[in-house]
Amino acid sequence: METAHKEASGVTKTEEAPNYLNHESGIWSWLTTLDHKRIGIMYAWAVAFFFLVGGLLALAVRMELFGPGETIMGPDAYNQTFTLHGIIMIFLFLVPATPAVLGNFVLPIQLGAKDVAFPRLNLASWYIYMIGAFTAIAAILLGDIDTGWTFYAPYSLQQGSAVIIMTASVFVIGFSSILTGMNMIVTIHKMRAPGLTWNRLPLFVWSIYATSIVQILATPVIGITMLLLIFEQVLQIGIFDPALGGDPILFQHFFWFYSHPAVYIMILPGFGIISELIATFSRHRVFGYRAIALSSVAIAMLGFLVWGHHMFVSGQSAVSSIIFSLITFLIGIPSGIKIFNWIATMYKGSIWLQTPMLYALSFLFLFTIGGLTGIVVGVLALDIHLHDTYFVVGHFHYVMMGGMVMALLGGVHYWWPKMTGRMYNETAGKIAVALIFVGFNLTFFSQLIMGTKGMPRRYYDYLEQFTALHQVSTIGSWILAAGLFLVMGYGLYSLVRGKKAPANPWGAATLEWTNVAAIPDPHNFKRTPLVTRGPYDFHLADEVFGGGDGAGDGAAVRAPDAAPPAPEPKTAQ
Amino acid sequence: MVSALLAQSNSVWLPTDASTLAPEYDSLFYFVLWTSVVIFVGVVAAMVWFAYKYRRQSPDERPELVEESKLMEISWVVIPTILVLIVFTWGFRAFIKFGVAPPDAYQIDVRAQQWSWLFTYPDGTQSSELHVPVDRPVRLKMNSTDVLHSFAVPAFRIKQDVLPNRYSYVWFESTKTGTFKVYCTEYCGTQHSGMLADVVVQSQSDFEQWLQEAGTPEDMPLPELGQRVYQQQGCQACHSLDGSRMVGPTLQNAYGTERQFADGSSTVADENYLRQSILNPGERVVEGYQNVMPASYSSLSDRQVNALVAFIKEQSDAAEGTTAANSSQPPLQGSAAQ
Ligand code: HEC
Ligand code: HEM
Ligand SMILES: [Cu+2]
Ligand SMILES: [Cu+2]
Repeated sequence: METAHKEASGVTKTEEAPNYLNHESGIWSWLTTLDHKRIGIMYAWAVAFFFLVGGLLALAVRMELFGPGETIMGPDAYNQTFTLHGIIMIFLFLVPATPAVLGNFVLPIQLGAKDVAFPRLNLASWYIYMIGAFTAIAAILLGDIDTGWTFYAPYSLQQGSAVIIMTASVFVIGFSSILTGMNMIVTIHKMRAPGLTWNRLPLFVWSIYATSIVQILATPVIGITMLLLIFEQVLQIGIFDPALGGDPILFQHFFWFYSHPAVYIMILPGFGIISELIATFSRHRVFGYRAIALSSVAIAMLGFLVWGHHMFVSGQSAVSSIIFSLITFLIGIPSGIKIFNWIATMYKGSIWLQTPMLYALSFLFLFTIGGLTGIVVGVLALDIHLHDTYFVVGHFHYVMMGGMVMALLGGVHYWWPKMTGRMYNETAGKIAVALIFVGFNLTFFSQLIMGTKGMPRRYYDYLEQFTALHQVSTIGSWILAAGLFLVMGYGLYSLVRGKKAPANPWGAATLEWTNVAAIPDPHNFKRTPLVTRGPYDFHLADEVFGGGDGAGDGAAVRAPDAAPPAPEPKTAQ
Repeated sequence: MVSALLAQSNSVWLPTDASTLAPEYDSLFYFVLWTSVVIFVGVVAAMVWFAYKYRRQSPDERPELVEESKLMEISWVVIPTILVLIVFTWGFRAFIKFGVAPPDAYQIDVRAQQWSWLFTYPDGTQSSELHVPVDRPVRLKMNSTDVLHSFAVPAFRIKQDVLPNRYSYVWFESTKTGTFKVYCTEYCGTQHSGMLADVVVQSQSDFEQWLQEAGTPEDMPLPELGQRVYQQQGCQACHSLDGSRMVGPTLQNAYGTERQFADGSSTVADENYLRQSILNPGERVVEGYQNVMPASYSSLSDRQVNALVAFIKEQSDAAEGTTAANSSQPPLQGSAAQ
């Protein structure tokens, strides 16, 4: 412990040292970089931009619904607004966000690797994503896309060329997703540091592993579906359009065969982040480590067998509906188990309520509601009345925003010091969490209620009786937005003025904190680390403790040089 | 049942129940809701309590390892599994009831099209409102002429998508007289949120009387019949009679004025033009509008088309006709039109 204390001086020394941010400069060095960390940062900018755009569209949607009839726009503009909101949030923001930003930045370091397995492919994925994103922007500028993010035929087939361009963009972005997934899987298999067995992998790595499997297996289906939609529209071959002898239900099967697994692409990385946060801020081993790791993989697999629960009233056969409902419940159970495990991790821990942990607790609160409402709509009879109402809108926002976006925000705050080398303002962070939590519940709990009362979704106009609930929801969206803008504000401030971050501000025990400089070296590690314990074995992680003057300032953490030298690894397995 | 009792006293969730299926639906809903509330409160209470009880006392605190309890782990796998199997089975039984109509149900045909509903009774009577007798099972045979729609009546807890390439069915037996709302719940374009209709539940005798009157008397004057057909066929979803622009051009003063077409030609609208516009709308598309008017009107009877033409003709300079037609529009469509 004493040595650990002395080595704390190493922190100041490394700050002058070259790091991944300053060892090269100029825009060109970024655009041609093969460094997984820089690619992660480039994704972060792109994804943050689309989150902002998608969020502004959401505010417009909520504003329009402040009262019945026209508030700020007409019906066509409204339909286009919610469509773009959905497409941007799903395909351009939430699907790529965690694997491509945090997965890219953190995962190789957590593995003790220098980079991902295929750095060039990694850069290529970013370019493919950007091409897809610009195609989407082109489609938006061409205008008139009002199909909803689900592109249901035959309506989508009648909507002209902008829809073709938008579906082409979804197709292109899919490739970026597939390549990232492949890269991650190979990296996890091949690039682990010596001693880092499967049982010692941080749960974030496990979750990205599960996510990548889904990305590789499911994304080609959306690609094919979008391609068929384009063929159908251009060549009129009659797959989905009843006027040509096609079947619109077939489109729904294809669409949900991807899009249900896609919800796991969106949430699984969140499970990983939450495991990291709860372990670090409780200083405890994650309860049921194996159960959490393997249930992610189980969810990823079962996730392929439940797509039909989106189609209980579409006209699919009753037998399929019954089977889909049963499997839907089976998949709900592992999600529930995770919640219990996280709570048990806090038991007798040492709980530190910093901003990232507050996001993790918000996640537990909101995701539980999301999961339970998922059970409600999974009950065959109950879904009849609730399908395509605001109840479903509430459900998926509780899981996607209340779950995944909370986890992502928690993760971004957690790894912010590592990514930027600077701290954010903790007080501002806590105020923002509070605003986001309150705003979120006002916005979406009111939607759950109006949904059970029968308020349909995708409605420009509504009956008088729903006005009060819609107004609560809209006001909630302002509070939510205030919180998010606050995050943006202090985030940008921290980039320029933030306090310099120590190497391990949270006293965490995974490699990116214990063996890497405050701002990582271009090659991450000076020496390949040798892993001798599990990711959350705080009782063995002496290097994290011993400073006495605050586990939170990383003073006690040894400098990266001190990593136990590894016998030059030829066999990383 | 406890949950049924709670259902009675609770008004935060769910709308009024007015069908035989609704009470069963509601008890299942409340069962799931209250079970969820119990689980949720347990989870949040544990979380908040732990966060408080085990809050970090000193930066260097190093908690003891906790033995993992197998019993705990097994219990939180087994108990939720039992619970979901209960709700699955219950939900599945109720679902079958929703799916199987009694054999003696009264059948009404439903046609959905952008953006209106048309109900056709066994005697051929057509209406844009769904009138049904109380306490009698009714089965709807539904079809769409264009894109997907969905027929939903929250008060009855029913919903079923309506497809263009096959019939779909839904049934209910209403238990209360009164007026309830039909919503379209599958997104279908611009006026999706205006695609509403009323379900009027009446006593058997009132219903029979309505059916009599709704049938078209042979001697009804053409403009009056035209107005009725105009409502039934959902023309008002796209055309206003007050000069305002909607998905289609206004029909106020359409007759007798110069029409400009997308191909650059033009003509003065006479009776023949109106007739052609209804029967074959794609032939000449009015400039500045999409060719989206349904082609399905070609199946209207000669008398119905003549009546429509007569009615539209009345909308030019005949002011009384205009107000009459306007005030009978559903209020929602009126406001969505702005
Ligand atoms: C889905 C929307 C829609 C519905 C429903 C609809 N129309 Fe149209 N209608 C249009 C549009 C759009 C145009 C203009 C383009 C065109 O000429 O095809 C139009 C054009 C017309 C015209 C020519 C108007 C002019 O200004 O020259 C007439 C007449 C007409 N409709 C009558 C009817 C009648 C009668 C009905 C009901 C039986 C009806 N429409 C239902 C959309 C609709
Ligand atoms: C306990 C786990 C879950 C269960 C049982 C569940 C169940 C369901 C069901 C049955 C539906 C269809 C409802 C309907 O359309 O009528 C649905 C919709 C949806 N769910 Fe979940 N869900 C769960 C978790 C998730 C997660 C984790 C996500 C995303 C991160 C998610 C995202 C969505 C989305 C986006 C929709 C709506 C899609 C649309 O119609 O646009 N769900 N869910
Ligand atoms: Cu799903
Ligand atoms: Cu609709």
